[in-house]
Amino acid sequence: MAKDAAGQGERDHRTGVRATLPLAVAVVGFGVSFGVLARAAGMGAVAPIVMSSTTFAGSAQFAAASVLNAGGSVATAVVAAVLLNARYAPIGVSVAPSLIGAWWSRFLTAQLVVDESWAIAAEGDGRFNPRVLLGAGITLYVAWVGGTTLGVLFGDVIGDPARLGLDAAFPALFLALLAPQLRSARSKQVALVGAGIGLALTPFAPPGVPIIAASAACLLGWRR
Amino acid sequence: MSGAWLVVTLVGIATIVIKSIGPLLLGGRDLPPPIASLIGFLAPALLAALVAINTFGAGRSLVLDARVLGVAAGAIAIWRRAPVLLVVVIAAAVTAAARAFA
Repeated sequence: MAKDAAGQGERDHRTGVRATLPLAVAVVGFGVSFGVLARAAGMGAVAPIVMSSTTFAGSAQFAAASVLNAGGSVATAVVAAVLLNARYAPIGVSVAPSLIGAWWSRFLTAQLVVDESWAIAAEGDGRFNPRVLLGAGITLYVAWVGGTTLGVLFGDVIGDPARLGLDAAFPALFLALLAPQLRSARSKQVALVGAGIGLALTPFAPPGVPIIAASAACLLGWRR
Repeated sequence: MSGAWLVVTLVGIATIVIKSIGPLLLGGRDLPPPIASLIGFLAPALLAALVAINTFGAGRSLVLDARVLGVAAGAIAIWRRAPVLLVVVIAAAVTAAARAFA
């Protein structure tokens, strides 16, 4: 890893924090929306905060709270959330070679892997910088749990964050992180096919499944 | 246990397990070369799908709304080599403005 660090210049914990701060504002906003929605769904005050601290995956938590809000069953809420988080299995495999150290430290770092911290920590050659991952992950964690707490406590005063256009901040960030990865013709094809699979399946499959299916686009990169 | 707490517990355990599988079983070990080359393409595949679904998806339908304008403005900013912070701010501001005038 020392060789990696030297080769990659200065990327460390602070890089992760700095790269994530602008996004943290949007994450706080979404944490607030989650807190508000979860309270409206009858989850009480403590359960939403515990969920943000343990599950730490926005889209899955929103899905579970919306199902409960609509009067759906516990099973439906759990299945929806688990499908949305299924992508973290391949994502976890992708970061595994970059995580060294004791099992408990790998276990704890793994919990900080979300789409944003994963994308920011990517070195672009299939490797991930564990220090950047840690800095970005902790920043996002504080923003998400803090936002949820604010939403649960003061939701009625704050109002709807969608008004601020925060929902467009996430695709814009993912696009900004995708752009430098599109150097080769093959990675452009993979990206186009991935986006195509995601959009094509959205009307037909439960949320979460299109994203998982899109990961199959990386099979285009098969080399022996 | 109330329904909400059951959901919180089950989703929490499932997510922690899903996130841990790779790092616990494979941590620090290099993947076999063919798998490693596939995993190298996981980022463009998943990121592109996340861009597309977060721009056009609304539950189980595809819609064209204010987000498209925001993300398009963000794309122009990326093309003009703007820093990520500016890209995110432009996308949110254009989307908010489009909603305000709609």
